[in-house]
Amino acid sequence: MTTYTLWIIITGCLVGFTCGISGSILVLRKMAMIADAISHTVLLGIVLAFLVTQSISGFPMLIGALVIGLFTAIFIEMLHRTGIPSDAAIGVVFTSLFALGVVLISFVGNQVHLDVKHALMGEITFVPWNQLMIAGESYGPVAVWMLGIVCILNIVMIIIFYRPIKISTFDPAYAKLIGIPVGFIHYLLMSMVSLSTVASFDSVGAILVVAMLIVPGATAYLLSQRFLLVIVLSGLIGILSAISGYIVASFWNVSIAGAMATMTGVFFVFAYLFSPRQGVLVKKIQHKKSKVRVS
Amino acid sequence: MITEWITLLESPNFRWVMIGSLLLGFSSGVIGCFVYLRKQSLISDGMAHATLPGVAFMYILFQNKSLPVLLIGATVTSLLATSFIQMIIKQTKLKTDAAIGVILSVFFGFGILLLSYIQQNMSGNQAGIDSFIFGQAASIVKNDVYTIGVVSLLVLLLTVIFFREFYYTTFDFTFSKGIGIPVKWVNGLLFSLLVAVIVIGIQMVGVVLIVALLITPSLAARYWTDSLGKMTVISGTFGAISGLIGTISSSVIQNLPTGPMIVLTASVLFFISLLFGSKRGMVVRRLAR
Repeated sequence: MTTYTLWIIITGCLVGFTCGISGSILVLRKMAMIADAISHTVLLGIVLAFLVTQSISGFPMLIGALVIGLFTAIFIEMLHRTGIPSDAAIGVVFTSLFALGVVLISFVGNQVHLDVKHALMGEITFVPWNQLMIAGESYGPVAVWMLGIVCILNIVMIIIFYRPIKISTFDPAYAKLIGIPVGFIHYLLMSMVSLSTVASFDSVGAILVVAMLIVPGATAYLLSQRFLLVIVLSGLIGILSAISGYIVASFWNVSIAGAMATMTGVFFVFAYLFSPRQGVLVKKIQHKKSKVRVS
Repeated sequence: MITEWITLLESPNFRWVMIGSLLLGFSSGVIGCFVYLRKQSLISDGMAHATLPGVAFMYILFQNKSLPVLLIGATVTSLLATSFIQMIIKQTKLKTDAAIGVILSVFFGFGILLLSYIQQNMSGNQAGIDSFIFGQAASIVKNDVYTIGVVSLLVLLLTVIFFREFYYTTFDFTFSKGIGIPVKWVNGLLFSLLVAVIVIGIQMVGVVLIVALLITPSLAARYWTDSLGKMTVISGTFGAISGLIGTISSSVIQNLPTGPMIVLTASVLFFISLLFGSKRGMVVRRLAR
């Protein structure tokens, strides 16, 4: 294995793990589609960051994505409060902001290395070429650094706020009662999702991030009931999807991001059928056994 | 600039595309009202994303870009996705939003995989296949407009004929059963119309944003009226305006994708309605206070 391949696999695993742990919490909070919305609108944040700074460097992009991600969440909440059903509110907000992002890209896109296709599907194969250079020394790909920082940030946040996050996820009313700042936790998670999305953006693209955010979390939730285990499993499934996706992609010579997203689906199907307690096939077999026992 | 406009308007192909976008916008605005009122916005988003693998698969199978063939594939995978979503909701503890999210992203990811397979491994004229992601009015030819136009008109006709049934089943399920409406059939018909609108819309608007053409105009129309009849007409008109403006602007300005322009126009109409709508616009509400 060359260093080139290794960097691509490391990037994929970091995307899988970072999105997996932050996404699983959203799945448990029944906010999967808000994750979907944010991962679309972050594109607008990136374009705006470019328009302001005239460069596509990491830090302004993170800030832009964070601002627009939070804006998306607040905006959906606002429209919902005026009486619009939340699904329609999500739909209208993310399509508007995403469309604006795409249109802006097509205006500025030819000035920079940023086109619509790249933004959507990412180009993980370019990641190793864009190295972090300090004083003429190379310290590995920029994308890996960005993903690593966001990943550690996510882990630290989950550890610090583990109890409030857990309680407000399973019983928001009780959480409020015992004085947990539910609103703050909500927006903290939204920020984590925005940051994970933008850090993954370069490698797998804005849309396929959705797969990494939602599917491993949903799969883990089918496998376990315990909060911590769901988060850890989700991260691991993210890594597994990334590695197996890379193998599939290089074998058939297809889009790496597309293959990784497809593999998350394969793992989901496995859990759907064979999960020890939840699996559809497992339930059927148990059902038959119990019937036999009765007769 | 002005000469560009004139040559564009004189081109017969563009006139066809304009008619197509007008009809598509109107019919999706009308069907969108029911989608919105029945709270099916996100599931339609899932259905739209799920059309992509169908389109790509049919292209691999038949090596043919004829629109009806591709749209059959789109219909099949879209229906498949819907039944998967329902299966997941029914059989696991996952809720609707997670089920939609899973199916949407996996189907779309698989679609991207198939598209990349087409680009890498197949020769021949494949241009225009990936325009299904964001829509490209320029890739539409006269024959495609026939498909889009006929389906749109059919959708509108059926909506007019069955308006009463759609109305009652949307607002009062038990009552409509009581007065003898075959609820199952009516729901099935409305669902088929939704699938039809999504499928014919993906070429012009793209799978990523077609859902906006369903919900945004109807949401905007809600700020102008309380009657469902008027709402469908207003929503249809908003949809048609969005379709037209989006198509024209993306044809005049280079590199501008059609779908996002259509959606952006619809969003602007929505914000105008949100602020100034005569029924529950923000300004009216402030004044009433």
